[in-house]
Amino acid sequence: MFTYTLRRLLLAVPILLVISLVIFLLVDLAPGSPMSEIPLTVPPDVRQKMIEALGADQPVFVRYLLWLKQFFWIEPMTLFDHWFGTSIVEGQQRILSWQSRSPVFTIIGQRIPQTLTVVGTAYLVGILIALPIGIYSAYRQYSFFDQLGTLFAMIGFSVPTFFSGTLFIIIFAVWLGWLPTKYDTMLEVTDWSSFMQQVKQMALPVMTLGLANAATISRYMRSSMLDNMQMDYVRTARAKGMREKTVVLRHVLRNSLIPVVTVIALGIPSIFGGAIITENLFGVNGIGAALIGAIHANDLPMVQTLAFIFAVLIVLFNLIADILYGLLDPRIRYD
Amino acid sequence: MPTAENPLVRVQGLKMHFPIYAGLLRRRAGEVKAVDGVSFDIMQGETLGLVGESGCGKSTVGRTLLRLYDPTAGSVVIDGEDIATLSPEALRKKRPTMQMVFQDPQASLNPRMTLATIIAEPLDEHTDWNAEKKLARVHELMDQVGLNRAFASRYPHEFSGGQRQRIGIARALALNPKFIVCDEPIAALDVSIQAQVVNLLEDLQDRLGLTYLFISHDLSMVRHIADRVAVMYLGQIAELSPRDALYSRPLHPYAQALLSAVPEPDPARESSRKRIILQGDVPSPANPPQGCNFCTRCPRVFDRCRIDEPQLAEVEPGRFVACHLYSDNQTGGQTAGTEANEPTNKENVQ
Repeated sequence: MFTYTLRRLLLAVPILLVISLVIFLLVDLAPGSPMSEIPLTVPPDVRQKMIEALGADQPVFVRYLLWLKQFFWIEPMTLFDHWFGTSIVEGQQRILSWQSRSPVFTIIGQRIPQTLTVVGTAYLVGILIALPIGIYSAYRQYSFFDQLGTLFAMIGFSVPTFFSGTLFIIIFAVWLGWLPTKYDTMLEVTDWSSFMQQVKQMALPVMTLGLANAATISRYMRSSMLDNMQMDYVRTARAKGMREKTVVLRHVLRNSLIPVVTVIALGIPSIFGGAIITENLFGVNGIGAALIGAIHANDLPMVQTLAFIFAVLIVLFNLIADILYGLLDPRIRYD
Repeated sequence: MPTAENPLVRVQGLKMHFPIYAGLLRRRAGEVKAVDGVSFDIMQGETLGLVGESGCGKSTVGRTLLRLYDPTAGSVVIDGEDIATLSPEALRKKRPTMQMVFQDPQASLNPRMTLATIIAEPLDEHTDWNAEKKLARVHELMDQVGLNRAFASRYPHEFSGGQRQRIGIARALALNPKFIVCDEPIAALDVSIQAQVVNLLEDLQDRLGLTYLFISHDLSMVRHIADRVAVMYLGQIAELSPRDALYSRPLHPYAQALLSAVPEPDPARESSRKRIILQGDVPSPANPPQGCNFCTRCPRVFDRCRIDEPQLAEVEPGRFVACHLYSDNQTGGQTAGTEANEPTNKENVQ
């Protein structure tokens, strides 16, 4: 297992290098650049100086290598310096956002807590809702509850978040007046009442995203359970005279969880990616909102860095899913 | 042999119909009569062979007997209690007396449990033994079926087919059952392994006094292991006879046809073997023919077969046949059995 993990990690290096090049070139070659937005009234020599200051006059491969160095060496070492008080990379150029001139990673550090609280909670809530629905739907296939679960999943699949989110705002914020429409990023949880306020303002975005997540996972859970309910070993378990609870939870569920766990693990990078539409809808100032803002403003370093972080997370969680698979299923051994 | 008055298993009028749902509103459109009125007894310590072609309802009989399906009608009395009507909890308590060995040894073992947990699981449920005692029992069972004790912590996929079937047998034996349904236990195994498993089953029967219902389509294997044999066709028993009598002189036309298909190892006799080739296909169990089930293919069919359904009746001591050829009120019926391979329809005169 250890050799397997190591081999996969080594293999990830060339994969990530290729991905980084593709992302860098795609973003760089896309039409539009901040330089084109410098007003024509600015004299040419000043304009030239501004471009040089951004480093945008260099050839593309120079900028790519510089960015690689910044991403893989300077940024991690800055964190290292910050933690241990050393000064290994002090004064060296970090990846700067062209919008705000502050380091991209500082902005990410500010944005990620919002995203993780809201989108992460939504994912968790989605899983917690989806698993029981999937299990019971499969156990009582074609029952009234199963039809209801199918309806729920179809709604979650087919209704886009900008619609369901707006609908929730109309129902719960406008008509009923129970919940706020906007997410207040500045709110600090210090006591019980501010905690309740935080819960209230999270409720709508979590509901919107949770519905979408639960729909997918409950379907996976249901079909995986159905596959395993038909298996001969389930009949064996019944013939042994096991309680129905043991048959379903110990025999069927444990075997059914294998593919579901993989799906859940593979969905985790999308939490870090944020939910662009939902974040914008509820004013959650998270990573998704940062990405869309950076795209609007032609902030190339920001877009490149964010896209690449997502790529790293996806590669990483793919590996985690594979390792989990090996842990859950004794038939799979990586040697 | 125990007396006929007190069999271990008594099945009466067992029916298992699976509903067919069809149409836009998934209405019940009919039913597949997988088992349609089957009755037989199994004595203590006896092996009853159940043979028939694919799809005739053999496995369904086995599963319904242990109420892995809820029967549509009929009663299954095992060791004094009617399995068909027990409450779920009472049924669960009853499970230790009756067990099953399944056809596919790979699929019938949970892939995520080790051999020891698979065999010990019934003990967890039905005994209050401590871990040590349970492990001792697991080892004892592994010895009984000829598995190395060192394998206890391995997973099913690490074993060969024959070994897996031994695990299945050990699991079935864990709670000292009286009655075991062997549902084609050798069909998925190599011929060399089949003999091992069948010998193991016979061995265990001698040592533990087990009673088997041995379901198979391998006629020579049934001949080897069974004391009595029931021949099934389309959800019903065509003939139920002692083994030797059946194999030497089958009475029911279907049993005659079925047994004529067994190859003869002696080439001289093989060349003179007369095969009865049945015409046509097995009718759908969702829509069985009126009268006798076999009337559409029977080489000796006559008018009454298409109207009246024959009942299983004792025509000779210990031999039960469901065929009008042997009904008492049928003249000439008794002569038919002796001329087994003569495909004439002299009864058609009537």
